[in-house]
Amino acid sequence: MDAPDVGLTIRGGTKLYPGTVALNNVDFDLHMGAVNVLVGENGAGKSTMMKIVAGVEPLTEGRMELFGKPVDFRDKNEAARNGIGIVFQELNLFPNMSVAENIFVGREITRHGVDIDLDAQRAATRKVLERLEHGGIDPDTPVGDLRIGQQQIIEIAKSLIEDARILILDEPTSALSAAEVEILFRVIKDLKADGVGIVYISHRLEELVRIGDYITVLRDGAVTGARSMEGVDLGWIVQNMIGGASKDFPKTDVLEFGPEVFRVEDLVLPRMGGGFTVDHVSLSVRSGEILGVYGLMGAGRSEIFECVMAQHPLAKGRIFVEGKEIREKTVAGRIARGIALIPENRKRDGLVEILSIRENITLSSLKDFTKIFHMNLAAEIQAAKDFVKELSIKIASLENPVSSLSGGNQQKVVVSKALMTRPKVLLMDEPSRGIDIGAKAEMFRTMRKLTADGLGIVFVTSDLDEVRALSDRIAVMADGRITAEFDASDVTSEQIVAASTPGKTTEDQSNVKEPAA
Amino acid sequence: MTNATASQPAKDTGSSAFLLVLLKARTFIALILVFAFFAFAAPNFLSASNMVIMSKHVALNAFLAIGMTFVIITGGIDLSVGSIVGLCGMVAGWLILNGIDIGLGWTMQFNTIEICLIVILVGLFIGLINGLLITKLNVAPFIATLGMLYVARGAALLSSDGRTFPNLNGNPEYGNDTFYLIGAGNLFGIPISIWMLIAVGLGAAYVAKRTPLGRHIYAVGGNEKGAGLSGVQVDRVKIAVYVFSGFCAALVGLIISSQLVASHPATGNTFELNAIAAAVLGGTSMSGGRGKIAGTIIGAFVIGILSDGLVMMGVSAFWQTVIKGLVIIAAVVVDQAQQKLQARVVLQQQAALNK
Repeated sequence: MDAPDVGLTIRGGTKLYPGTVALNNVDFDLHMGAVNVLVGENGAGKSTMMKIVAGVEPLTEGRMELFGKPVDFRDKNEAARNGIGIVFQELNLFPNMSVAENIFVGREITRHGVDIDLDAQRAATRKVLERLEHGGIDPDTPVGDLRIGQQQIIEIAKSLIEDARILILDEPTSALSAAEVEILFRVIKDLKADGVGIVYISHRLEELVRIGDYITVLRDGAVTGARSMEGVDLGWIVQNMIGGASKDFPKTDVLEFGPEVFRVEDLVLPRMGGGFTVDHVSLSVRSGEILGVYGLMGAGRSEIFECVMAQHPLAKGRIFVEGKEIREKTVAGRIARGIALIPENRKRDGLVEILSIRENITLSSLKDFTKIFHMNLAAEIQAAKDFVKELSIKIASLENPVSSLSGGNQQKVVVSKALMTRPKVLLMDEPSRGIDIGAKAEMFRTMRKLTADGLGIVFVTSDLDEVRALSDRIAVMADGRITAEFDASDVTSEQIVAASTPGKTTEDQSNVKEPAA
Repeated sequence: MTNATASQPAKDTGSSAFLLVLLKARTFIALILVFAFFAFAAPNFLSASNMVIMSKHVALNAFLAIGMTFVIITGGIDLSVGSIVGLCGMVAGWLILNGIDIGLGWTMQFNTIEICLIVILVGLFIGLINGLLITKLNVAPFIATLGMLYVARGAALLSSDGRTFPNLNGNPEYGNDTFYLIGAGNLFGIPISIWMLIAVGLGAAYVAKRTPLGRHIYAVGGNEKGAGLSGVQVDRVKIAVYVFSGFCAALVGLIISSQLVASHPATGNTFELNAIAAAVLGGTSMSGGRGKIAGTIIGAFVIGILSDGLVMMGVSAFWQTVIKGLVIIAAVVVDQAQQKLQARVVLQQQAALNK
């Protein structure tokens, strides 16, 4: 390749974990002043490779060179000293500390090594934030008060302040709104112009095509494709990622929908300091139907589900399952009435990671195995086994902790738990978040199968293709309101995006199904 | 090369699996070692009478530790158990000596069974207050039970102006002269308090393993929010564990005052720390979600045998304290090693599956 400037190279890189080969003899070139895109399914070895570059893990075999000199980082600090910064997918910030304190944590500017020079830190913070087009953030604001997108910027600022010549961004946009993504892309462009070498990991393929200069595709720990981005299209990426024909979203023939199974009327959730997080929302879904709720982060999508699941005591509105109003105030009561939720954040809300796979699957349905107070463990194991088989969850043993599974399999455990309660309606909050393409396609097939069995599904997503491919009907949200509802068969992406743009809701009111007063 | 890498991990798995079994049984191994050591080193250690005395000592701590284990599994802590022991002992003493003056120039007296029930109710009630403070008023468990530690201890001291209730021999006329039997009685040659421990221990282990409540206790400790969203009634579960801890403490209060045939308001001071130590020694994780009743009971035996054995060997009490502390720290260090190894073995299994 006629690369002007290769900053870092890996040759014959192999990384063995006990029992697995995470990286198998890979070659990787990191171009300076360019965006080096890294793609692959979960478990393909992207994160492992970046951990090696950032000094978190050493290579088992092979060598790494930085600007022509062989390097072997002992830890993350040594890598940082050599100008390598990494922004992990999960933010590592201290919410109660100020922006400046966060940026300088662990490397405070001090006078005589004791007294922290706050003014110098503030000034440096302002400077770096201006460079990142976020001069409006006050260095003294607690990071917890910032939006997720702004917090991401703070993470990047942390790397820049160390004069990072190489910046690794691991799924930086997974929590950002469209507008924030634009800003991030501009920032990346600026950094590129300054000669910083950027490694960009993402599952959102369109993004990669847009901002990438070089692309490296990994599959099962090996590089399956590496080239300049010119002429690369989605098909090429997907083919190299999954090593075969593209896995399309399954769209089975639309079956006849049954009667309405689930309806919310006039759901309201007041926001702290005025206004509404959920603003008089009404929705309904029929048996066998998939309703996709599309909206950007912060549009109030997840909050609808939280209200339905009795997580907000201040929420008002009426909820019906099969025409009967739900008055139960507890989660258990609502589950018993046939509502099941698959939360967006598996780790935080969906799983008890310390418990075994079996215990997680049956957690919501222990009653089924209990007589008075005695639990029939054999029946429990059998039921868990049935679900493992039905959803083809890949496990070594039912008794292993659920944290040992990959993202896609963990998601299946959460789905099993929900299904075991025999729900009438399934609420899925970003069902494909953090799982790889193969697992995604499988998840979608499962959803279709479930509706064929008469379930109603409401799912929330911020992925346009997903909502179009998977829904029978699409509701678009912005600013806590439903701004439009479409039949999925005759709607364009433009219409959906237009309705989802906040602040434009007045024109789109004509499309809103006003709740019956 | 592929062959080499394939067989290498397989061997690794075998040896680490064996190591894991050893680590899992570590509290039991420690118990055997401690026991064997004193059998050699301490005279009369193996005599039947010593065994009985020792198990009576251990039982007191074991009761508290069982209650404590559930609390810790939910991610909480109960610092008030020692004080509840003291207060419950005083309540028992008061009931035997004075009865309840209902203000009509006439005093209500109770028989042994009634006294036991009342004392247990007191324990349950204090546990309930702990639970309500923690769930409904959102007080951190450490603070809520620390406050209760002082309140209950103060109440115990107030009840007698700090004096001891002596000679709780009871009165045959009231049917409470059998009170001493709780601490001193035998059934089939085994002390009643040990029978009680067996009953409570089996009951607790059953609840932990085979009832929804038990499962919910682990789930709440593992991930409170996730458990709540799965339909677990988190508040109820938490209240239940503190109530049960209060129940265990009340039993200990009864047993001690019965054994001594007297109740002293300072009884049970720092018992909570021994209970926590036994739970931790038995593999209960202070961050919640993990722990076993059997482990806790074995842990209580290790601590109890250690201190009794050292006394018999004539080791100074100060050294005993140091040794006890070292054992607890060592237990947690080994526990960490086990967790690491276990995670590795599981990941290997999972990785083998993906090949």
